[in-house]
Amino acid sequence: MSFEGLTLTRLATNRTVRVSGGIIAAIAVVAIVAPLLSPNHYMAVNFEAVLQPPGLAGLHLFGTDDLGRDQFVRTMMGVRVTLVVAIVASIVSLVIGVIYGAVAGYVGGRVDAVMMRFVDTLYAMPFIFFVILLTVIFERNFVLIFVAIGAINWLDMARIVRGQTLSLKERPFLEAARLTGVPTMAIIRRHIAPNLIGIVIVYVTLTIPQAILVESFLSFLGLGIQEPETSLGSLVDLGVDHMESSPWMLIIPGGLLAVILLCFNFLGDGLRDVFDARQSR
Amino acid sequence: MGAVPTLLLVIVLAFFLVHSVPGGPFDSERVLPPEIEQVLLERYDLDDPVPVQLAKYLGNLLKGDFGPSYRSTLNVNQIIAQRFPASLAIGGLAMTLALAAGLMLGTWAALRHNSRLDRVVTGLAMTGISIPIFVVAPALVLIFAVYLNWLPAGWTVSPGPAKYVLPVVALALPQIAYITRLTRASMIDVLQSGYVRTARAQGLGTAAIVRHHALKPALLPVVSYLGPAIAGILTGSVVIESVFGIPGLGEGFVTAAFNRDYLQVMGIVVLYAALVVLLNLLADVLYGLLDPRVRYE
Repeated sequence: MSFEGLTLTRLATNRTVRVSGGIIAAIAVVAIVAPLLSPNHYMAVNFEAVLQPPGLAGLHLFGTDDLGRDQFVRTMMGVRVTLVVAIVASIVSLVIGVIYGAVAGYVGGRVDAVMMRFVDTLYAMPFIFFVILLTVIFERNFVLIFVAIGAINWLDMARIVRGQTLSLKERPFLEAARLTGVPTMAIIRRHIAPNLIGIVIVYVTLTIPQAILVESFLSFLGLGIQEPETSLGSLVDLGVDHMESSPWMLIIPGGLLAVILLCFNFLGDGLRDVFDARQSR
Repeated sequence: MGAVPTLLLVIVLAFFLVHSVPGGPFDSERVLPPEIEQVLLERYDLDDPVPVQLAKYLGNLLKGDFGPSYRSTLNVNQIIAQRFPASLAIGGLAMTLALAAGLMLGTWAALRHNSRLDRVVTGLAMTGISIPIFVVAPALVLIFAVYLNWLPAGWTVSPGPAKYVLPVVALALPQIAYITRLTRASMIDVLQSGYVRTARAQGLGTAAIVRHHALKPALLPVVSYLGPAIAGILTGSVVIESVFGIPGLGEGFVTAAFNRDYLQVMGIVVLYAALVVLLNLLADVLYGLLDPRVRYE
């Protein structure tokens, strides 16, 4: 069986990957579809139905918030925002990290030493505080949040890609390719890139929960997504204010956030088992 | 020794960020008479060109002076002195708890590798890593303070040591989870090594093997994690201090950032960076002490 075929088979038979991937997909589908079907709009305020507990009355499945807005639809909108921010931020960190790491690894020598020294220096920084500072200085803005989160998370990716490239460079099949006169670009495209894909997929999956954490952390502090838009972090923040009288406002979005993060972490672990089978212990 | 350049980079970066703000820190208020504005600018050295300001700031930092606050009559040194003790107590206790609990749980799971207990501990650790601190902290308050009424939820309302329990546990939980995973993985590795097999063949009991042979090498990954752990605790303290209403540095940072009190923000960032750098340095030294293969010239 081909390498790709083998990987796909292993993907399909890995229970961790199947279950956690399935749960994430299900949550994503519900978050996309449910707000369209619900009679309630996520911005619709209703002062006659404030802080209602979850129930079928008015189809407020998760109850209502302090302005009488439907918590179910708002939570689903929050899931959407959270997932979009995380995925875009991960793509930002993917692009920066892969290019940076691959260049450092492939060029090697002094360039590599200087580039990785820079990464080490950035590692020691209390980044989240810079992000807080940035969001305060430049007013809150959606794009900035993506960029800030991506800018934090590319370091791991750069290190891993660089290490992988470095070890690939010395492999006999690459030496053979060089000796038989395959041009550099073709080597990178045909021999290096396919060998990086596995590990990159694994680390993107592990970057997504980190990005979700940063976004919801900022939203929790009131520095992220702005009302009336919402994210799971801002819903938790609101839930904390009302947790004594209406605990579901904290428990439901907080629990959902935890489940999403848990699934992404398990998915990343499972994918690592699949792609890293050769190096697995 | 990357400590000094890292610290310098943090300071310079923070300084330029703060000074890239359009207008000065007094812009947002009503228009001041020019004479008063001039006095203010001079008092805070804002009338100099930015590189001169940076040089002055760095010079003052070397003397241990973080400068005045834009918003408070106290200077930044006094604000930090006021807020640091609470943060230090909670952070220090959380770090101690995380190390103690993480090392024990990790070793325990590794000794029973692939048993049901191992799977439970690994699953719990994964959950601990996944649940964000700002969900854990309010959930703990809801359970132990609101419903069970065992522990106080606020900081200021109770004088006794009971007020430390919930913030410290909430702050330590994610770090316990990380350290458990690290310890378990490295302990499993070490327990499979040749010299542990030799020790076992010589008839040593499990406790003696762990204590005399396995613990030291298994600690290495945990030691390397000290730097990131302190960074995590500092980040978490922002949430913990706002949830429990603790007047510490994390809460001070957010308040200062909202009030645009940039010198206070910078002071706290510099202090945090110094702490992280210091712990990384400490980790390097510890690593050398624990691992005979590492020698410093």
